[in-house]
Amino acid sequence: MKLRTRFLRDRLMLVGIGLLTALVVVPLFIIIFYVVANGFTALDANFFTQELGSPARAMQGKPTGLAASIAGTLLIDLAALAMALPFGIGTGVMMSEYREHPFAPVARLMVSTLNGMPAVLMGLTAYALVVKNTGGFSGMAGSVALAFVMVPIIARTTESVLTVTPWALREAGLSLGLPRWKVTLSLVLPAARTGIITGVLIAFARAAGEAAPLLLTSFGNNFLSFDLTKPMDSLPQRLYSLAISPYKQWHELGWGGAIILLLFVILTFFIGRVAVARLEKRMKG
Amino acid sequence: MGPAQKSAAAALPRAFRGPGDRVFKYAIVGLSSAVVALALVMAVVIYIEARPTFKAFGYLSFLTETTWDPVKAVHGALPFIIGTFVTSFAALALAAIPAIAVAVFTSEYAPKWLAAVINYTVDLLAAIPSVVIGLWAIFNFAPLMRDAVYMPIYLWAEASAPWLAAMLGAPSTFNMTTGTIVLALMIVPYTVALSRDAIGQVPRDQREAMWALGATKWEVIRQAVIPYARTGIAAGVLLSLARALGETMALAMLVGNSNRLPFTLFGPAATMPSLIINEFREAVEPLHYSSIMAVGFYLFIITIGINLVTSFVQRKLYMGRGMV
Repeated sequence: MKLRTRFLRDRLMLVGIGLLTALVVVPLFIIIFYVVANGFTALDANFFTQELGSPARAMQGKPTGLAASIAGTLLIDLAALAMALPFGIGTGVMMSEYREHPFAPVARLMVSTLNGMPAVLMGLTAYALVVKNTGGFSGMAGSVALAFVMVPIIARTTESVLTVTPWALREAGLSLGLPRWKVTLSLVLPAARTGIITGVLIAFARAAGEAAPLLLTSFGNNFLSFDLTKPMDSLPQRLYSLAISPYKQWHELGWGGAIILLLFVILTFFIGRVAVARLEKRMKG
Repeated sequence: MGPAQKSAAAALPRAFRGPGDRVFKYAIVGLSSAVVALALVMAVVIYIEARPTFKAFGYLSFLTETTWDPVKAVHGALPFIIGTFVTSFAALALAAIPAIAVAVFTSEYAPKWLAAVINYTVDLLAAIPSVVIGLWAIFNFAPLMRDAVYMPIYLWAEASAPWLAAMLGAPSTFNMTTGTIVLALMIVPYTVALSRDAIGQVPRDQREAMWALGATKWEVIRQAVIPYARTGIAAGVLLSLARALGETMALAMLVGNSNRLPFTLFGPAATMPSLIINEFREAVEPLHYSSIMAVGFYLFIITIGINLVTSFVQRKLYMGRGMV
């Protein structure tokens, strides 16, 4: 091959790779732009204080909003987090601190399997376990489904954070005669807390955006409800219903809801990123 | 932590050891065995719920039956299996090359600040909830594609290539092609993330040896970097495939939801997760309900299969690293 063709091909590839990169990156900005541009007008006081009600309410121009969905999302997600936290962190500790235990590889395999499971299957499981046995759709069933989504994420991030925590820390604790549980609880976990909190935040954000399991478990509710034993609304599941509804006013509410969801996810993402960057710096230095 | 610590503990008289360690270990084992049990419970519960369908249609004939008609109580999973595999593999084919390009661009070409910006952006893309992407596609992307792309192509095909028109199908707003393109966008971050890691592990020497031979930058990438990183890239592609197979909301919103074969490129289709979302809430007949659960059960099996292959490839990757 001539030198000239080789150089030409080199340039050509740079242009091609650059273009393909732009092709991937640009849609994200388009999506964010459209969501913000369309949803901004929907965000007024009513949006945060009123419940959705029936379609007629929106058609007649009466004030509607997504207060029910926002409150429901917070309730369902926090309940799910409370359920997922001990199991997730416990499994993470198991995989990192007790790696000689015969159970550790089993746990690792199952966590990675659960991590790859589509969330809709978590919804089916929670439906069969909770909804069928308690006699109806409920916010609680939604929390259980989301807890299923959170547990493997928390477990995996906890494990990877604990693994990069310096080994000398444990040796120092053990050499002082501390028992293993005290080393884990009062040395290793506190040292790794930034990373663990980040992992928990990531899991929380991931679950907060899941609509599929909630459609099958908490069902949705057009009216404000704080009762976890009754059907309850949530933002992602409501976004889906609004988007496929035929009402123009509801579409606008949907864009507004998308802004809230997007804002929450982006915020969590950046908090997580900053924390990870800081953690990595500290572990290196 | 291992043997040194263990023997130190054993050297202590029993009275000094205290119950703390044992209690803590039991607690940890208990918590993690609940997680292990969850994976098994999922399989068992979904299987039990699906059993009436397997009894009525048989395991294999349910897979190969092409009709899904809840009114006549005939249920077959084939349309959804076809829909899932076609959309996933097509999305993978669309996403793989651009994703590898992003990984190569950020790790080989871009200055540090630009690489950081692109990496942030791509990771953020993975974090955006699929309903939000679905919402955008329903109101902007899908109508735009129908009017600007599918319609002209279909009209041209109808006039000059009727055999092609039959394959394309009359363009509907929500169709298989739109669903596939959006799906491709959603799985790109997973391929990028693993490919980036794999390319980052390529040793400097490998590149420098190629430079020393007088290679151009592209030749270094093509002949020194990518061959070294290919197992990692393959793991990334497989992981994306698993994501694509399980992606639910975006497809439920965009794929058009038609249960009838044959699917056409511009016509509506359905996938296994989209069927679950669309029909589960309306499934009052016991057989309809158990058939949806059966579709979920097969989805479970498929995902487990892909996951096992991925972890096998990844393990091979790490073992390979150890030997190099």
